Amino acid sequence: MAEQVKQRPAAVDDKVHTWPHLVRLEFIVAIFVFVVLILWSVGIDAPLEEPANPTRTPNPSKAPWYFLGLQEMLVYFDPWLAGVVLPTLIIIGLMIIPFIDINPEGNGYYCFKERKYEILTFFFGFHVLWVSMIIIGTFFRGPGWNLFWPWQRWDPHKVVALTNVDLPYLLGFRDYFWSSVCGALVVMGYFVVSTVAFYLWVLRVKGKEFLERWGLVRFLIAASLFVTMLSLPAKMFLRLAFNVKYILVTPWFNI
Amino acid sequence: MSLKFLEDLKKDIVENQVWKAIFRHGYEDTPRNRVLMVTANVFLHLHPAKVRRHGVRMRFTWCMGGLTFFMFLITVVTGIYLMFYYRPVAEYAYADMKYLEFDMPFGMLMRNMHRWAAHTMVVFVWLHMFRVFLTGSYKPPREFNWVVGVLLLVLTLLLSFTGYLLPWDQLSIWAVTVGSNMARASPVLGHEGPFAEFVGANPIYDARAFLFGGGEIGPHTLLRFYILHCIFIPMIASILMAVHFWRIRRDGFSGPSL
Repeated sequence: MAEQVKQRPAAVDDKVHTWPHLVRLEFIVAIFVFVVLILWSVGIDAPLEEPANPTRTPNPSKAPWYFLGLQEMLVYFDPWLAGVVLPTLIIIGLMIIPFIDINPEGNGYYCFKERKYEILTFFFGFHVLWVSMIIIGTFFRGPGWNLFWPWQRWDPHKVVALTNVDLPYLLGFRDYFWSSVCGALVVMGYFVVSTVAFYLWVLRVKGKEFLERWGLVRFLIAASLFVTMLSLPAKMFLRLAFNVKYILVTPWFNI
Repeated sequence: MSLKFLEDLKKDIVENQVWKAIFRHGYEDTPRNRVLMVTANVFLHLHPAKVRRHGVRMRFTWCMGGLTFFMFLITVVTGIYLMFYYRPVAEYAYADMKYLEFDMPFGMLMRNMHRWAAHTMVVFVWLHMFRVFLTGSYKPPREFNWVVGVLLLVLTLLLSFTGYLLPWDQLSIWAVTVGSNMARASPVLGHEGPFAEFVGANPIYDARAFLFGGGEIGPHTLLRFYILHCIFIPMIASILMAVHFWRIRRDGFSGPSL
């Protein structure tokens, strides 16, 4: 009678005791960071300006630096989008990453090849958009939220031509109603065309089998978030290249 | 002979009821004691007793999660010191800042450390998120802990933001004014947002007024942000941190499958 032998993988004990191996490292790093922080705090004082005065608005008024990415987005989108809807989508988008990303590769180790598109998407959203917008907002925006190079004097009377027009106007629409219809079609067209393009792109780089595993719900959520993220550079391009202010103008909101 | 004396002294200190009530195991470097050091200590037992070798390495973790927590602890300690001398009342707040700066022993140092540690915490929490993304550590079974982590990231920003108002100087009120103008533009809930007219939102009755405790930034806002900053958000963050650490302890450090 054949003996039942449990086929186990060779027991690899790659575990070490937390005490002392991890606690020691944490202790040393904490001490090091603590010393740096104390030296920093001895050397550089936290800012304290004149007392609060609600009747005197400084120009420029800047939000805390970590929100300057959002304030910078206000250049391209209205506050309800840049300040409320898009941040909400960023938070929701971050939270659902683990449920959208079904790639089992790269769980618990550094790699690039196996997760190229995931990493590039994160890199684009975090480094290219979020961090660079913060840098622009912090160092390159002066009075009137105008662009200044760091070596330029902040001239509060800098003259900037207001030449922005709405996209339907640029396309030749002069009637209010038809401008709105045109804008709505452009916005909807952007989402439809981009979603289809996103589908074809995923089909190309990941294959049909992946799309089937991914499922319709995951695809639609990922596509809408991805396309919304790309709407920021798209709008930036339209503004910088063609001076487009709004794409869609309605009595209630503008996009 | 003197060694004998020291041995006896050690015995007197260690082998009695009081010592043993506090310290339950010896310090000899045995595997058992190494585990007990972690499991028998309420603070250290945030860790698993054993971790995978690669998870200890700094080039894997960047130490960012732990350091973010360390920054939080520093802001708690320095923040409590500041709370002794600071009154969240519009008439006094700014004067108390000056008082802290010029009269209190270590007042300026504590304020500097509080502020710089808060900024550092924001940066560290972003780096921590970036690291966890790069190592794919949010993948099953750790999806939920990533969600908790995102909430903690948002709370970190809110903690920093509410604290920004407290010095009650020009920098703070205008930064907070600009930062919270977005609440005014919330769809439906903000009086300048789309569709606000359908629910009757107006400058003194909308999302921003709820945040400010009034239509404009003022003394009421200062007290509100003080309570959010010192009690409410730290409390919520502490609960979520407990969940976050507990999950790491249960699931272990992420790593390549064996």
